[in-house]
This record gives sequence, structure tokens and C-alpha cells, in this order.
Amino acid sequence: MSGLLSQLPFASIDGAIEFIFEPQYSNVTGGNKVGGIDKVVELTINQLQVTVISLAIALAVALPFALYLGHKHKFETLAIAFGNAGRGIPELALIAFMAAAIGVGLLNVAIALAVLGIPPILTNTFVGIHQVDRAAVDAARGMGMTEFEILRKVEIPLAIPTLMGGIRGATIAIVATATIAPLAGYETLGDFIINENVYGENGVLAGAILVALLALALELALAGIQRLLTSPGLKPRPA
Amino acid sequence: MRLNQTRLRMAIAMLLALALTLALAACGSSDDSSSGSTEATSTEGGDEGGGAIVSNPDNSKVTLTVGSKNFTEQIILGEIYAQALEAAGYKVKKDLNLGSETVALKNVKAGTISGYPEYVSTALTSFFGKEPEEVPADATEAYEEAKAEFEKENLTAFPPTPFASANAVGTTVATAEKYGLETVSDLEGVSEKLTLYGSPECRQRIDCLAGLEKLYGLKFKKFTPVDIGLRYTVLDKGQNNLSILFTTDPQLAAESDKYVILEDDKKVFPAGNVIWVTTPKVVEEAGPDYEKTIVQVQEGLNLEVVQELGARVELEKEPAARVAAEYLEAAGYTG
Repeated sequence: MSGLLSQLPFASIDGAIEFIFEPQYSNVTGGNKVGGIDKVVELTINQLQVTVISLAIALAVALPFALYLGHKHKFETLAIAFGNAGRGIPELALIAFMAAAIGVGLLNVAIALAVLGIPPILTNTFVGIHQVDRAAVDAARGMGMTEFEILRKVEIPLAIPTLMGGIRGATIAIVATATIAPLAGYETLGDFIINENVYGENGVLAGAILVALLALALELALAGIQRLLTSPGLKPRPA
Repeated sequence: MRLNQTRLRMAIAMLLALALTLALAACGSSDDSSSGSTEATSTEGGDEGGGAIVSNPDNSKVTLTVGSKNFTEQIILGEIYAQALEAAGYKVKKDLNLGSETVALKNVKAGTISGYPEYVSTALTSFFGKEPEEVPADATEAYEEAKAEFEKENLTAFPPTPFASANAVGTTVATAEKYGLETVSDLEGVSEKLTLYGSPECRQRIDCLAGLEKLYGLKFKKFTPVDIGLRYTVLDKGQNNLSILFTTDPQLAAESDKYVILEDDKKVFPAGNVIWVTTPKVVEEAGPDYEKTIVQVQEGLNLEVVQELGARVELEKEPAARVAAEYLEAAGYTG
């Protein structure tokens, strides 16, 4: 059993793809194979699940707040400064801190990731609503719309590109950062990335590729949703 | 209103500037190669212990980069070795946060670090594919075996430290008393009610969960992966929990009324003394003082000392560089 050292797997795309589909030999597992498509599917579902939950939390917290402030044109500096300050919170520290407060697991991770998603949603939604042409809003008011109708029928549609930009940014940040969840009791694709000892370099690379693909897929899906939500008048015309 | 906004902006700008300065200062101090050792040159302390490390002017031409893995015990060891080598006259750089052993070893092979402290048990199981029960219990025997294996890979290792470190299944005293647990075998019939916490890699490793399942035949209610830094937090937080601890943990000495480790009666967790892993090329370039200094400075590192140094860094939040410097001085290696 000697000389394993020289066989340490060095990463290659081929090796990573093999790891994704077929369980591989590992140095430290006493013969149990690791990786493979079943595990990949399981962890991908976990990663999507925590992403969706924490995006929902982030939207529930940030959207009403930002819509209201944007509509009232109030506290611009505060909304933006709060948004920016939120981006500076280190996720790992937050997870460790919350481990002592609420324990580890899905809830801890989902809340920590939501904190990451709130700032872009907050800032973009606020700015999107705030910058809507006041003449359009006045016209709507003149037509007898209530404030809620103005928000729903005029301001939100006009702000959709900016607003969705925030949600897309938040989604990418959350799905990419969800790779640290295995450090707080919830297994995601990050398990492949964190445990190079077990999965080898091919496993690390496979994890990185899978997370990148997942992020890309989510981005495309949200771009599609954005297209559906954007009013025809705002769509770019061919030049 | 305008004035208020300007003020608010200024205040925020100043806060950001302050945060940035602090961040830079923190980076600076951890990268600085010689921050700790200058404090160690006071006059008291001195003549007990293994004798002072003698500075050799010939060594000043050689630059050594000391590496370590990324947890407290390793970082303290890294500091001790780095400062000792510096006392011997070498120019020393530090890279004390290298992640897992495969990353650290790759850096040794690539020459980006000169060497790093490794547990002989980890070397044998992780690098050379030994089953945990194949690791010799005797430190010298295990060291000879690892050294021979390393030599096949054009690497070498220096003799082991007095202390040995091992993973262990730990729990709270209350849980141990409730279920009458003393050894890992006592978990039979109980483990189904208990959640085991361990680092994410523990799940798959034969010297961790995989071994507990295979060699002890235990089934746990659940295994939950957590960051190594949370291994006591999860015990504090819940009931009926087990957590993978290290035998060198300062908490075990400082709070023995609170935490216990279960005896590993079937030897799933091989104990490992620390050996310095390096390359023959570095040994040749650095000269005889290299091995001499490493071996000399680790003479006093028994389990008690390592736990105490760990306690100062982990529990009392003292910087590792200072703790190492004060240890070297108190033990008479410097100053």
C-alpha cells in the first residue's frame, strides 16, 4: 500500500466529469468510494433548497421595506448605506455566531445567506422605484389612481429592470456562498470543495463546476422571468 | 436636511476608512515574518530547559518558509518552529494557514514552504493509505515507518514531538453520566439516540465516522458536519450530542468537569506525534542547525504544555505569535 502519494489525483476536467458520474476511490475512506451522480443530485437539490429558502427570506424582508421607502422617496442615504454595510458582513463569522444562538443546520444557513441577499435587493429596489419619472407618477395620480395602484401599475413595472437586477445579484451571491453550508451542519455541493482530503482535487473541481453551472442556470431562469415581467414599452428595440 | 445628509455621509466615510485601516492592520500583522520574536529577547528567564538556541551567522543567508495547517494547535506549533529557527539565525517567513494536509504537502513538494508540522498518524493514513489500526502505537516506530515512506517520495521528516494528538469522541459529562459512557464501545445501543458532530470530512474518513460505523458497528441518530471551530459550541448548545474533539484540546484540561472524551478501545483514532515534514534539498541548503533547532525546541512540548498554550490562544484570545514567543523565553530557548 505504499507510494499512494505519487498517485494523488491532480485535477483535470476529465477527472472532474468522471467524479460527477461515477463514484471514485479515495485515500482516506478505508475503501468506500466517494462522489458519483447520486450524491451529486442529492447535494444539488440541497443547494437549490437552501438558496430558494434564503432568497424567499431576503425578499420578504427587503422588498416591502424598499418599495415603501422608494415610493415615499425617503431615507435615500440610509437605504443605500444600510445596503452597502450589509455586504460587508462576513458570512463565516455570521454562521459561527448564529451557531451559538440558534444552533447549526438549514435554518442557520438560510438566515445567514439571506443576510447576504438583502443588500442588493434593498438597494436596487429602492433605487429602481425612487428614480421612476415623477411626471409619470403625477400623471397616474391625476388619473385618480390610489398610492398602491401607482406603486403596482406604474412604479414597479418601470423599475423592473433595476429591481430584477438586484434579485439576480442576490441569487448568484446566495447560491455561490451556499458552498460554505457544510461548515454549519447542512450538506451542499460545497462538501466536495471543502473536503479536498476526501474527494481529491477532481472532486474540488467537480464541485466548483457544478456550482458555476447551477448559478448560470439560475441566472438564465431569472433573466427569462425578467423578460416576462418587463412591460413591452421598456424592452430594448433592435438598433 | 442637506447639512444632515452631508454629515451622515462624512460619518459613514470615516467609519469605512476606519474599518479599512483595521482590516489592513490585521493583514499586516499576520503576514509580518518577525512580529513575535522581537519581544522574546528580554533578559530574564533563561537557564532551565533544553538550553538556549545559539544564533549562527552562517544561517542568515538561508531563508526558510514555515508552514502549518489552519487550526490553532498547528498555528502555535508553526510559530514556535518559526521563532526558534529565527533565533538560530535563519531568515524566516511564515505561511501558517494552509488548509488540509494535502495542500500543505503539495506546498512542501513545490518548494513554496520549507516544511510544516504533521501528525505521524495522519501522514500514514492520509498519504500512505494505512488503515488506522495499522498505525504503530509507538511514536518512534511510527516515525521510522513514515520517514521511510516519505523518502520514497523524495521527502524527509525529523523526529517526533513528545506529545501525541488524536481525534476523540467527546461529550458532556452530563450525557456521559446519563448513559454510562466511558469507552466508545459503551455507545453500543445508545448511539442511535445521539447526534454526532464532526468536521465535514469526518463523514467519509475511516479514522472518523466511517471507522466508527465499520469498526465499532455503531449507528448514530444523525451525523451533522460542522466547522472544526464549533466542536465545543455544538456540545454546549444541545443535549444528547457527541462531538469529534482533539486530545490536545485546552478545554479538556480547563473544563474537565464539563467535557469528557470516550476511550477509543478499538483504536479507530490513531494517536499521532508531530513530525516536521521537509525535503532533503532544504535540509542540505539549511545545514545542520535546521534539524537540530527543530528537535531541540520541541523537547518540552508535552501534552500539558500544548494544552496550556492552546488555552491561551483559543480561550484567552492571545495572539499565537506572542504565546509562542513567551513559551520560548520561559523554557529558556531564547532571551
